[in-house]
Amino acid sequence: MTEISHYRQIWSHRTPRARLLLWAGWLALVALFVWCWQVMTQDTIWFFVADAPQQAADIGRRMLPPRWSYLPELMQPLWDTLNIATLGTLGGVIMAVPVAFFAARNTTPSVTLLRPVALFIIVASRSINSLIWALLLVAIIGPGLLAGIVAIALRSIGFVGKLLYEAIEETDARQIEAIEATGASAAQVLSYGIVPQIMPAFWGITVFRWDINIRESTILGLVGAGGIGLKLQGSLNTLAWSQVSVILLLILGTVVLSEWVSSRVRQAII
Amino acid sequence: MLTLEGLSKTYKTGDAALTEVSLSVPKGQIMGLIGPSGAGKSTLIRCINRLVDPTAGRILLGDVDLVRLGKADLRRQRRRIGMIFQEYALVERLTVMENVLSGRLGYVPFWRSFLRRYPGPDIQRAYQLLDRVGLIDHADKRADALSGGQRQRVGIARALAQDPELLLVDEPTASLDPKTSRQIMRLLTEICAERGLPAIVNIHDVPLAQQFMQRIVGLRAGRVVFDGAPDQLTHDALTAIYGEEDWNAMRQGDDEQSQAEAEARDRMAALAR
Amino acid sequence: MTTQRYPTTWRRPPQILKDRRWRIAIQIGIVVYLFLAIGTVEVNWSRVYDGLERGQRFVMGFLQPDFTSRWRDISQGLVESLTMTLTSTVIGVAISVPIGIGAARNLAPRWVYYVCRAIIAVSRALQEVIIAIFFVAMFGFGPFAGFLTLSFATIGFIAKLVADDIEEIDEAQVEAVRATGASWAQLVNYAVQPQVMPRLIGLSLYRLDINFRESAVIGIVGAGGIGATLNTAIDRYEYDSAGAILLIIIGIVMIAEYSSSYLRKFLQ
Repeated sequence: MTEISHYRQIWSHRTPRARLLLWAGWLALVALFVWCWQVMTQDTIWFFVADAPQQAADIGRRMLPPRWSYLPELMQPLWDTLNIATLGTLGGVIMAVPVAFFAARNTTPSVTLLRPVALFIIVASRSINSLIWALLLVAIIGPGLLAGIVAIALRSIGFVGKLLYEAIEETDARQIEAIEATGASAAQVLSYGIVPQIMPAFWGITVFRWDINIRESTILGLVGAGGIGLKLQGSLNTLAWSQVSVILLLILGTVVLSEWVSSRVRQAII
Repeated sequence: MLTLEGLSKTYKTGDAALTEVSLSVPKGQIMGLIGPSGAGKSTLIRCINRLVDPTAGRILLGDVDLVRLGKADLRRQRRRIGMIFQEYALVERLTVMENVLSGRLGYVPFWRSFLRRYPGPDIQRAYQLLDRVGLIDHADKRADALSGGQRQRVGIARALAQDPELLLVDEPTASLDPKTSRQIMRLLTEICAERGLPAIVNIHDVPLAQQFMQRIVGLRAGRVVFDGAPDQLTHDALTAIYGEEDWNAMRQGDDEQSQAEAEARDRMAALAR
Repeated sequence: MTTQRYPTTWRRPPQILKDRRWRIAIQIGIVVYLFLAIGTVEVNWSRVYDGLERGQRFVMGFLQPDFTSRWRDISQGLVESLTMTLTSTVIGVAISVPIGIGAARNLAPRWVYYVCRAIIAVSRALQEVIIAIFFVAMFGFGPFAGFLTLSFATIGFIAKLVADDIEEIDEAQVEAVRATGASWAQLVNYAVQPQVMPRLIGLSLYRLDINFRESAVIGIVGAGGIGATLNTAIDRYEYDSAGAILLIIIGIVMIAEYSSSYLRKFLQ
């Protein structure tokens, strides 16, 4: 527009074409939603849905009051749950560190071969929830704490690996160059140039993942991988709703506590 | 003695950073490298310790050709070349002592460096160097707790801890205020004089270069266009290096400079008394 | 110049815990904990040994996935998962917006603020799987329960971030619009929406991604979707079908991640 001879009376902050596209986009989204809704609900039995409030009221009545005498029995499974989360985090971090170094562009020994493999490990581990890992592992190595620990560890590799390799790629190249210039070997460059720079990120990520793992390990028992989830599964199977409410409150308390611990530790580090 | 013969560097993008640079720096000489940004000063310095690989030419330190070294040999030769960086490039999260000791990395096996168990003489020497640059009381502080001038002193101590035969100095004063800049330059020149250490100092501040350097080399677009004593650096020579620009503006800084210099001299004299 | 008068040893000063006793106590504590924790893990080694063969079969199944023999189940699970993901994200975001506005201290009256923050807290504190158990108990098996679960989880996630975003918006712009005499609705439309909208779109795409991953999990407790199919496949020891399902999940997550980052760039 080089020359404005008159002012328009209609104003809009988008061009007509952009507006049309925007509306078409919204319309497409609504159409997609309606179609998805119909596909999803074609097998839904609406009688159950209409009945739901009554069911909810019924469950609510049975959940209250919580059966507090059940609490002492839950301490051992709770301890197991904490161990699953902690040992799983430990194992996951130990496996994630080399993966992260292979995946980071500035430390990978081979861009064409090892880096894609490391990235695939990270994606695979991230896309599969720990409950699915647990399901698999219970089938393979049998029910118990070990399956839970390994499931948590496998799930943690992707999370820790991804955040850690991003931290490695963000390191200050000049500090690394300065160490190289002294005639240091590759291992020394790693331990003097890179490791000190990623240490705070490393501890932050680890504690953050530990916090998430506490949450996730509480339900692993549903598929037989040990911990407090086993008790939850047992109580659900016997329809002991008043025990379910005790377990849920305990899980809630644990989660809140672990979140508090993790935020305190992260504050202390950073 | 360092000799460069026909040194060229062409980056992958096709930009020729250096073309046929030939120079030699005798023992004990402090050589300033000046030129506009992008002239290849940084590339030249980085080619010498092979942080950048040159495309052609020879770099002789003593009688070793640095261009043709394998990985292990390169590491051994890098120990002989200390480097001081623009913006210090200290490992910020390590202590001052660790930063100085990291100058010994090329000499000690991995386990010693990893466990921070350096040999006694190395530690004594590190303390001595920290004392020389005036930071012995700061040995246990973390590098990021120091001021700019202090950090650059640690950088100097780290380079000297290598027992180098040559110092490469890349814009040592780029992020320092004028007064601290002069202190750092004086420290550098004194140390070089004490040890008869040759140095190549890449510097953008022409008055500072003229004041402290024994010899000045001007680079323009990757070629040497001036090589001589600081007082030969005439208006014409500067125009040859930097192109048409008003050099008087830059020289006006000189007055201010000499004033601050006098001030510093007085203070030194007062201290000596 | 002599180096004789300088010390020959140097120790790195401790960085976090300055007190030596605390350091030792914590180190001992860690060792004791690890000892106790590892002690609680009872491993039936003969069972693990038996399992190795099955593990090998699973790895083989992963490398040579079988997409065809269970394709009907897989495709049905996938359709359920995908439709569930989309509908729950749309509904969840639609509900999140008013709740998010209500949970912003600078826009909502006090009591609305507390109600909305409470909804958010409940939704965030409970795991998707646990919510799914309840919804399955109330609404019966199938994707409808899954849809409700994911919608509920979406509310906690989006509404919290939207509320935090609104609380952090530039007060000056709000003041400027308020000074023109705008009503509350106009205020939200002119001062708040432009600042929060781009983030909201980004968050919705991110949540779409999370909802798909979660949809694969809640099927295990009966809330429909690909997770149910996966559960069945593993129960029947059909590791080649399970491998196929896992590869599909990984593939879709990768596609979703790349396309959502592309879309976010395109929209901003």
